[in-house]
Amino acid sequence: MMKECFKTLMLNPKDHVAVALEAIPSGAVVQVKCQDFSQEIELKDDIDFGHKFAVRPIIKGQDVLKYGEVIGSACADIEVGTHVHVHNLEGKRGRGDKIVSH
Amino acid sequence: MFTIWKENAVEVIKLSAIKEMELLGYRRSNGQVGIRNHVLILPTITCAAQTAQRITELVDGTVTFIHQHGCAQVGVDYEQTFRTYVGMGSNPNVYGVIVLGLGCETHQAYRIAEKIKETGKPVEVVSIQEEGSTLDAIAQGAKIAVKMVQDASRQKRAPFDFSDLIVGTECGGSDACSGLSANPAVGEVSDMIVDLGGTAILAETTELIGAEHLLAARAVDDRVAKRVYEVIEAMENRSIQMGVDIRTGNPSPGNIKGGLSTLEEKSLGAAKKAGSRPLQELVHYAEPPTKKGLVWMDTPGHDIEQLTGMVAGGAQIVLFTSGRGTPTGSPIAPTIKISTNTSMFERMHDNMDINAGTIIDGKETPKEVAKRILEEIAEVCSGKKTKAEILKQHDFGIWRIGPTF
Repeated sequence: MMKECFKTLMLNPKDHVAVALEAIPSGAVVQVKCQDFSQEIELKDDIDFGHKFAVRPIIKGQDVLKYGEVIGSACADIEVGTHVHVHNLEGKRGRGDKIVSH
Repeated sequence: MFTIWKENAVEVIKLSAIKEMELLGYRRSNGQVGIRNHVLILPTITCAAQTAQRITELVDGTVTFIHQHGCAQVGVDYEQTFRTYVGMGSNPNVYGVIVLGLGCETHQAYRIAEKIKETGKPVEVVSIQEEGSTLDAIAQGAKIAVKMVQDASRQKRAPFDFSDLIVGTECGGSDACSGLSANPAVGEVSDMIVDLGGTAILAETTELIGAEHLLAARAVDDRVAKRVYEVIEAMENRSIQMGVDIRTGNPSPGNIKGGLSTLEEKSLGAAKKAGSRPLQELVHYAEPPTKKGLVWMDTPGHDIEQLTGMVAGGAQIVLFTSGRGTPTGSPIAPTIKISTNTSMFERMHDNMDINAGTIIDGKETPKEVAKRILEEIAEVCSGKKTKAEILKQHDFGIWRIGPTF
């Protein structure tokens, strides 16, 4: 039923996430390739154009990589194929809210 | 309806052809080259902005901008605003300037005029309180402007080289495609400009938080690398001192809707605009670069404040990438707007000049889009108008770094 030719982009083989280059519905199986990384991934959520999904399991507190660089840390455990965004990924920089005031 | 713009998508030209392309601009007495020949009505105080506006309505060939600054400012904040006014007037795209003051403000018109006169261009001062009233100031300013515009119109364009150019780079209304399509393409252009002997400005310090290590590693020496970490720390500390998560303001709601989750993710995409050449120096907001090559200007991520800083620093032309779409332009410097995705380009083709969404569509590489951008730069330098110019998008905003008293 689901076509498997949805366009995705993984930027660095070390990355935890790939980008959907078109809107992809939940349940679709996509082929994600980046150099020696190649995997079929079943999406657990609808992924909008430009949004990210996990290509590796990520545990809460772990640094999340895109472009081969740290883009923040997971604030929840993230399964492969799920949407990675502000609900489960937080920035580590410019976090004045993390400073305890006396 | 979109077919005339689609031509851009298939047209690819060689860098060697660019080198041979003749750029035509206005050589100034100090050796700099303008690609426009504006007469600027420069209000040094918000109280004079409406009067300046009236003069531009009367006299063709004049430009101005609206702002809310110029009085009750002190210290480094006073200096930064002063430098911005002087920089706007000194930009080589400006033939001559009428500095318009009220009379009693902290940013005195005659002091700004004196600094702009160092460029050798025609500069006159009009003061509302000295003239008698706004109507008298409008009449006096318009009379001076008429002569200045006519003198400007007699100057002919002459050949110049890419090495005479300072190209500002900017991204605003970013989406997840920005770091994949338009920014890498602009990075390629940045490298080409540097290789052709020109200057490319990287800016928006906020949107380099999380990518600073990549740029520091490209610094020409330890001093420049140290400055990279200093400006990043200063910018990051501003949000930390406010006790807030910077994500409440940056990335913006539109960035987040577009798929960007954190500031670091946005920054890593924004840094792609910097290409791959060595980082020569770090300059203050609105400060002219002293080096050729890739230069970082310390500005906030706010689009208009960044644009103003780069133009006041001498950029004759700006490359502006956008994913969500933006109308932004400068009264002084043509702004070439580059879309990161095809659907926004088609939706906002009245505002956007070039489509880099072809990279996402798999039709072009960043290098191929870069060649199109460079060709567009050459055309715009020689007189082709950008969408923002045609739509009179005369945006201006100063990065204030102190309170108003």
